[in-house]
Amino acid sequence: MTHLSAFSRRGFLAAGAGIAAASVVGCSSSTATGTASGGAAGKASMWGLTGKPSEQILTDCVAAFNKLGKGTIDVTLFQNDAYKQKVRTAVGAGEAPTLIYGWGGGILKGYADAGQVLDLTDWVSSQAAWKAKFFDLSWGAGTSNGKIFGVPANTTGPLVMYYNKKLFDQVGASLPTTWDDVMTLVGTFNSKGIAPFSLGGGSKWTSMMWLEYLFDRIGGPDVFNNIYAGKKDSWGDASALKAYKMVQDLVDANGFVKGFMSVTADSNADQALLYTGKAAMMLHLSGAYGAMKSVQADFVKTNLEFGGFPSIPGGKGDAKNIAGNPAMFWSISAKASDAEQTAAKNWLLEGEFTDTVVDAFINSGQVPVQKSAEAKIANSADKTFLSYIYSMVTSAPNFQQSWDQALSATQAEALLNNISQLFSKQIGPDQFATNMNATL
Amino acid sequence: MASATRSRDTPLAVLVLPSLLMFVTFAVVPLFGVVVLSFTKWDGIGAILPNGLGSWRQVLADPQTWRSLWLTIMTMAVTWAVQTPLSILLGTFLAGHQRYRALLGVLYFLPLLLSSAAIAIAFKSLFDPNFGLGAGLHIPLLSQDWLGVQLAFPVVLSVISWQFIPFHTLLYQGGVRQIPVQLYEAAQIDGANRFQQFFRITLPQLKYTIITSSTLMLVGSLTYFDLIFVMTGGGPGNATRILALDMYIRGFKANQMGAASVIAVFLVVLGLGMALGVQRLGGRDKTASQLEGM
Repeated sequence: MTHLSAFSRRGFLAAGAGIAAASVVGCSSSTATGTASGGAAGKASMWGLTGKPSEQILTDCVAAFNKLGKGTIDVTLFQNDAYKQKVRTAVGAGEAPTLIYGWGGGILKGYADAGQVLDLTDWVSSQAAWKAKFFDLSWGAGTSNGKIFGVPANTTGPLVMYYNKKLFDQVGASLPTTWDDVMTLVGTFNSKGIAPFSLGGGSKWTSMMWLEYLFDRIGGPDVFNNIYAGKKDSWGDASALKAYKMVQDLVDANGFVKGFMSVTADSNADQALLYTGKAAMMLHLSGAYGAMKSVQADFVKTNLEFGGFPSIPGGKGDAKNIAGNPAMFWSISAKASDAEQTAAKNWLLEGEFTDTVVDAFINSGQVPVQKSAEAKIANSADKTFLSYIYSMVTSAPNFQQSWDQALSATQAEALLNNISQLFSKQIGPDQFATNMNATL
Repeated sequence: MASATRSRDTPLAVLVLPSLLMFVTFAVVPLFGVVVLSFTKWDGIGAILPNGLGSWRQVLADPQTWRSLWLTIMTMAVTWAVQTPLSILLGTFLAGHQRYRALLGVLYFLPLLLSSAAIAIAFKSLFDPNFGLGAGLHIPLLSQDWLGVQLAFPVVLSVISWQFIPFHTLLYQGGVRQIPVQLYEAAQIDGANRFQQFFRITLPQLKYTIITSSTLMLVGSLTYFDLIFVMTGGGPGNATRILALDMYIRGFKANQMGAASVIAVFLVVLGLGMALGVQRLGGRDKTASQLEGM
């Protein structure tokens, strides 16, 4: 659960603004001392996230780098949701750490537009050999208007279809490859009293995953690209309208587990539905594999199957296209001194993805955004899954970044809110398109 | 007499200074800031741009604002109507000095010890449609979609009431214990039964406690936030998006500080109006005594 929380971007914020505010006070002072003792020594501050196993991997990696004598990184860790607000406040106040951790996309673009993060384009292109070690598609969400503001970090998180094989055997069905298969399976499982799909609809971004794939399979990547480019009425595109209708048809056919609108992903209740055999299928981030493995290793070993999102007959999208989180990102604060920036860049070049770090990510059941992972995966205990994810990510013609990360925060909030109403049938396809077109 | 008052006046003014300073720094100044922000456009990191009445127009034209306002008013009305009679009855019951009442009192006050976040997480788990209490015990009646579109709002209101009844019970228990026992003795001599004693003595004597408790309930539920935020986050859809939550979502999720500030101004005006209104109900003369002639 903890390692998935690094991905659950729009989860709940139990800690609340109080803790966030308290930690702003606590940390701005540590940033200040970092700056004061900076200068020649090259001491950079870094903010990262708590949550195993990534937290341990990061702190170990920084400790190893600090021994190299190429600068010192001073890392401070925060809980996922509290971090999002805290880092925004800090960046807005010019108090950001040297190395800013983030999700790329619309939020990073906001920082870039406000001149708060460094344009890394020239530096990255001067380090061609190093750049080539990353997955080619991983740079996209850290790039805005052709300029690079974020260096890919951690692991790749495409959305994967998970299946409970035991339930498929029980009803004598095979895994779906097309949307027609999906609708047939919905009837089959419902008639046996098994929920077809698990969905944590209360978390909203979980329902969004469905639309991301439906848009692509029906109309190809351009449907969302038009939205991203702000083209008028692009949420009302014919392919988009078809996708909204298909979602509501699936809801009407009881495709999702009973009460899915109050199931949330923060507690991993959606995954529990799959591994306890209450639901047969689930669309989720690749991180769900490790999360389920940590609680139900036997299930993952014997009964878990996975695959890509089914194709839609007559659709334009390539069945190899994927959606999800291509990578996390490190950005460098424009407010940092030269010495701090140098230390940060040294770490990105020589500390971020050492062999040890790549191994550690693979052992935790994740695929780091490094091409060197391929060979290492072959010897891993989770070989089947990891090599599937690796080939999925490296062979995809298009990797659509999660919409709520790609769009601005204002649009993302409206999107999640309207998606929640679409899935609970409080609004219909046309109303959804009208509401969302108003945000363009 | 007059000189005594004057000699007390000076130190009082000095004593009031620290809290006045705190109040001005942390309440009046931010309040002023919010009013200013409501006429601007700000995403939290960029520049603060003047926006005239733009944010006001946006918020007033948004149907969600009015839905949220309605939900907030319902929250105030329903939680008040549920909590007040129950708290008065429980408070009166617990005011008795019998041992078993003290024991029950300890149990009743338990919710008061729990944080809102803990209560919200606990109830969220209990109401879970697949792994909650109903599903776990296989009781069909309990296996509703408690936090679904239809039931989420009433369920949330029930949990809020459950959380705060102990606090108001405590207020009423104190209030009842303050009522002079002579009143009851005199009533007994006159042949009044228990019900008559409750309606003729206890309730009228609790007038000021009711006003205090109601003010706390109404103003408190106006800005109520944490429990709903953790339990439903305003959802499903917008089924539980009360004004305070609407303000938070606009400000910190959608990064529209201008619009969020407009809602904040709304809340301040509503809250102040309500607090003054409830105080008015108690009569203008604050020194009026209910114990005259005792």
